[in-house]
Amino acid sequence: MDSGSGVLCRFEHDCCAVRAGEDRLPFQTLLDNWLAVFLAAIVGFILVATALIAARVLAPYSKERGKGISYECGMLPIGRARAQIHIRYYLFAILFLIFDVEAVFLFPWAATFAAAGKAAFWEMVLFIGILGAGLGYAWKKGVLQWNK
Amino acid sequence: MSIELLAAPLIDLPQRWMAALLAIIALTLVMTFAVMFATYYERKVVARMQQRLGPMRTGPYGIMQAFADTVKLVAKEDLRPATADPVAFELAVFAIFVPAFIALVAVPFTEDWIISPMPLSLLFLLAVSGLSFIGFLMAGWGSDSKYALLGGMRAAAQLISYEIPLILAMIGIVMVTSSVNVGDIIIFQDKVPLIVWQPLGFLIFLTASVAELERQPFDIPTGESEVAGGVFIEYSGIRWSMFQLTSYVNMYVFALLGAFVFLGGWEWPFGRDIGWGYQLFLTLAKMSLFIVFYLWSRTSFPRLRVDQLMSYAWKVLIPFALLQIFLNGLVLVYDLPDIVLLITSGAAALAMVALVYRAVRVTPRVPLKMVSNTMPARSVV
Repeated sequence: MDSGSGVLCRFEHDCCAVRAGEDRLPFQTLLDNWLAVFLAAIVGFILVATALIAARVLAPYSKERGKGISYECGMLPIGRARAQIHIRYYLFAILFLIFDVEAVFLFPWAATFAAAGKAAFWEMVLFIGILGAGLGYAWKKGVLQWNK
Repeated sequence: MSIELLAAPLIDLPQRWMAALLAIIALTLVMTFAVMFATYYERKVVARMQQRLGPMRTGPYGIMQAFADTVKLVAKEDLRPATADPVAFELAVFAIFVPAFIALVAVPFTEDWIISPMPLSLLFLLAVSGLSFIGFLMAGWGSDSKYALLGGMRAAAQLISYEIPLILAMIGIVMVTSSVNVGDIIIFQDKVPLIVWQPLGFLIFLTASVAELERQPFDIPTGESEVAGGVFIEYSGIRWSMFQLTSYVNMYVFALLGAFVFLGGWEWPFGRDIGWGYQLFLTLAKMSLFIVFYLWSRTSFPRLRVDQLMSYAWKVLIPFALLQIFLNGLVLVYDLPDIVLLITSGAAALAMVALVYRAVRVTPRVPLKMVSNTMPARSVV
């Protein structure tokens, strides 16, 4: 893999290979980097499980019907809680999705655009401008209005 | 590719597994005590700001308070509503805690003290810290309580809305430093920390991080006077304390991220010249600044309304974050002097503060509209 031909190679050349101190294989650096994440996930899981088991052993437990009722200001709950949810949550989720995908495109661009020149910058301005116009349209249509 | 080359990474695997495992266990111990200290520290600082003494009885100046609390929480009966969804209810604790814990792996405490030197660590930290809303949704849905569902939905809406300004502010940083690695971003700031060139980005990060942490004034999902604790309402004992533990771990992660990205982390000033002890001191000192700010904001600001919260993210923070990206791009592409960035970004930051101040000063008419124009009866959320 020759360095400098793309975003991924660039990062690999800049960070991984230099940090590791030798010419390691891509698979090897990948393993190095994600090994700790994988282990941390397991340790975190065990940590919570240990705490829950410790509480199961140490904490008192007495069965009583009143304890199984969910809280509703001290009264018996009226109906189930799995109610319908207002549509505006869905609209915000869609808006979030659009901007999150935009962010995915922006990260590699942001790391490399200074070398790519003016054209790369104005192209991304156009891209963000279209999204900004979309946000403005949503704003005008009242999607961003919480209580209407 | 020959078989030796393919097998090469597996040869010294056991040693690296052990090294990583030991480092993670050490980190777990440090994290536990740091969180216990943070609970004590928060109570003390908030008490002082309210002209009280805070905990004083357990040990000198109440320093054993956190240990007493731990014993109490472990020995407390934890309840689960009979109608709750057992899988979602139980797994929510794991779904919230594990991502917050994983994030610590990519945090460079000093130049060499980092468990996993991954090349895209900034992206990793942002991605992992954004995962917690799944746990909130699970807890809200699984509890079978109306307040929990309200809180869970609000938490999800808030976390995803403030995720975007946070990410956009970070993209501004990535543009200037040309790197997605936190270590490289820190080294970039050996002369001047990035807060000087990106005051607008810093302001956006600060606000969005308070919202991501669901701390006051952005504690709408858990506000006790509105939704009686939100998603935590049906959790008690050890499960509840796991939620609290996670929120403090997240507070440390965001404080560290802010310290690395805007205040120069372990590098500025003269971090690499002096040594790791000084670097660790720099990291912790800058992290403490953020933590004190988070505690300070709790005592100083009243809670926002839910409509103000969403408007603030989408109508103020996101447009200004896009403006910061545009300014960065202009300065970098046309080789303008750095001072232009300071002036324009600072002016935009002031404009944002002025805008918010004006909006706050206007006499609120929204509650009247809410009364006259109520929501359909069937949707409780």
